[in-house]
Amino acid sequence: MTTQSGVDTLLAMYEGRGREALLPVLWDVQGAFGSISPEHVHRISHLLRVPEADIFGVIGFYTLFHDEPTGRRIIRVCTDPTCALAGADGVLHELCERLGIHDNETTKDGEYTVEHSPCLGLCDYAPAALASARGKADIALPNVSVSGLLGEWHGEYFQPAGDSASVLLNTALVSAPETLIDYGNYRSLRRAIQDMTPEEVIAQVEASSLIGRGGAAFPTGLKWKFTRGAPGDCKYVVCNADESEPGTFKDRVLMEHRPHLLLEGIALAAYAVGTDKAIIFIRGEYPRATAILAAAIREAEASSLLGDAIMGSDFALDIELRRGAGAYICGEETALFEAIEGKRGFPRMKPPYPTTFGLFGQPTAVNNVETLCAVPSIIDKGADWFKGIGTEGSAGPKLVSVSGHVGQPGVYEIEPGITLRAFLDDVCGGVIGELQTVLMGGAAGTFLKPDDIDVRLTFEDLRAIGSTFGSGAIMVFNQTTDLRDMLKRLGRFFQHESCGKCFPCQLGTQRQVEILERLDAPQAGDAERLMDIGLTMTEASICGLGHTAGIAVMSAIEKFPELFEQNGQEHG
Amino acid sequence: MADSAIKLRLDGNELAVPKGATILDAAQQAGVDIPVICYHEATSPNGLCRICVVDVDGGRVLQPACVAECQADSNVETRNERVQRSRRTILEMLNASVNLDEAPEIQEMMDDYAADEARFPDANLREHTLIDDNPFYIRDYEQCVLCWRCVQVCAEDAQFTFALTLKNRGHETSVATAFDISMTESPCVFCGQCIGVCPTGALKPKVQWGLEQGWGADEMRQKTRRGRKRNPEKTDGE
Repeated sequence: MTTQSGVDTLLAMYEGRGREALLPVLWDVQGAFGSISPEHVHRISHLLRVPEADIFGVIGFYTLFHDEPTGRRIIRVCTDPTCALAGADGVLHELCERLGIHDNETTKDGEYTVEHSPCLGLCDYAPAALASARGKADIALPNVSVSGLLGEWHGEYFQPAGDSASVLLNTALVSAPETLIDYGNYRSLRRAIQDMTPEEVIAQVEASSLIGRGGAAFPTGLKWKFTRGAPGDCKYVVCNADESEPGTFKDRVLMEHRPHLLLEGIALAAYAVGTDKAIIFIRGEYPRATAILAAAIREAEASSLLGDAIMGSDFALDIELRRGAGAYICGEETALFEAIEGKRGFPRMKPPYPTTFGLFGQPTAVNNVETLCAVPSIIDKGADWFKGIGTEGSAGPKLVSVSGHVGQPGVYEIEPGITLRAFLDDVCGGVIGELQTVLMGGAAGTFLKPDDIDVRLTFEDLRAIGSTFGSGAIMVFNQTTDLRDMLKRLGRFFQHESCGKCFPCQLGTQRQVEILERLDAPQAGDAERLMDIGLTMTEASICGLGHTAGIAVMSAIEKFPELFEQNGQEHG
Repeated sequence: MADSAIKLRLDGNELAVPKGATILDAAQQAGVDIPVICYHEATSPNGLCRICVVDVDGGRVLQPACVAECQADSNVETRNERVQRSRRTILEMLNASVNLDEAPEIQEMMDDYAADEARFPDANLREHTLIDDNPFYIRDYEQCVLCWRCVQVCAEDAQFTFALTLKNRGHETSVATAFDISMTESPCVFCGQCIGVCPTGALKPKVQWGLEQGWGADEMRQKTRRGRKRNPEKTDGE
């Protein structure tokens, strides 16, 4: 379908829409034609009344959009730390060799384009790839091999099981997502609508001490209270499902495994802040979770659990699913709003904060997937029950994503307070080989040495030793791991994902990776250079990406100074 | 509506400023110099160069003086050690990416903050070919610091022409037209406002550039002839 009428039919669906429809339109055009041409941009410009230059700028910002012709099949192989440990570089190299192309090239016959990719959130099935065939839905591929990538694509993988005490995960190992019949009929939402005022819902969530699971650890109830109290014509609930931190895949598992739990959590948030409009912004690299959520929304609407007159009440809620297009920065809440508004995903200056000036300038409660998934159980079982789990500073169950050298990588639900050592030894199958270090909190986290792992996994204990729960990622590296190589990959990740808006991060992520790339033969003063870069990014950047882009490197300088010394010892 | 005054300390001195004043306003009032690169009176402040960062109450992060409003009873330090490290490092990193030969104000800042021109050896200078695609001005993006001012005045800050955008992202970002078409094919109306706000030699009138190249009078006339858009028919692109 490359005809003029094809574009017309496709664009007709968006008649009357404005700039906010830009990312969905670009996805549709690219899905049909493989890439977005100047002629497409011209047409879209008139349709949505957006300048052509702006559309061109938007396409170039999001790495999953292409403005030059691509192959009919696109294969993106993850080369971030966990996949690298599992041999991703070899897969990518051999794949390119078999096809007679280099990375980021297209075969002469126009059949294949191959690219390397940042973390795809399938670290428990490393190495992973994201594959696209023209005109078909994208597919995330686990445990990839060259023959598998060149053959028929199979995207099956299993979900982790919780145990009987699980709140967020459920107890059955399933290969299919939970349906309404499994989940039940949104009991907590029913209770809220029938028996509670929105203020009472907020009071319960505040009393539960639930704090945000996305990394910033802000009290959820307070955020809702601010949003409810803010003046505005209309308000929004936005679910941040743009999980993209290397080593982090808990939200993917929740969405694929327990879609209705998330939808009920969103509905409770919307009831609490007083809105009938919610948007889930999900990263473009999560096609399976996207399809599962879309089906779950339809299923819930058909049962009057979402949509108009929910459960016969006057509460209505429309949940819209928006797909990102390859930009880690859009996990930053204001950059996420910009993406929904059809712009380059630049973070905004704060203040003003989202609770007063969020999506489309309206009061907005933006919450992480895991945070929202915790809410139904709080309403169902009460704030005291929730606070009874974990510690005073870390109430409620917490998900962690474990990858690397452990017996059973995956997503685990823990009760905060367990030590990292006990967790590694007793819960996820033990460390394979001799432990060298744990990268705690994701790419923006800190390194823990074997002596440090008696720390309790709580927000407060980790903070006390200068570490962080961050996104809940725990990446385990044994003695065979080349840490310099891991640092290079982290550096490449941030250099690739910096939006380029503020000088400290735009320049700092570049200078940082330049030095990390030469760690095998560092120059005199490189450690000091990295410290100046890291501190400048931390203190002077606009947003959380820049604030944390140098944290892991500065932590490595503290814990493994020998890695940065000239004539350092041989390494693996 | 009377201005309720805000009292604060700035580099140890008590100061009263009107409500809503930025820290940069306060510093100007107090005669304290805070360097700026992206900030310009005619454009919406984006607080992106971060060269104007200051320390407010020893907070976890520094604040951009151009946009941060003065807070009552706050203590602002405009040039302590943290601030100087950030400014110096930003300048050193910028100098490693951009040709600053024709940015005298930034060079002065480099002297002022003892920035080492060779701090980052083997760094990737952002390479761009000089673009000479119209009779009015040249674009030399090797000298572009990405202050965004040209993009802003071309759009909602002044002209509403929307000829320019930002292309790619991160360190690879550059100012560009849609699909890199020439200025004559773009909606550019050659108002010249982008040249007026450019803080470096990245945007330059053709005549000035010609003089630098040593053009004679005839050559100058030929190369800056106003032949644009006499024929209103739209070009088809390439």
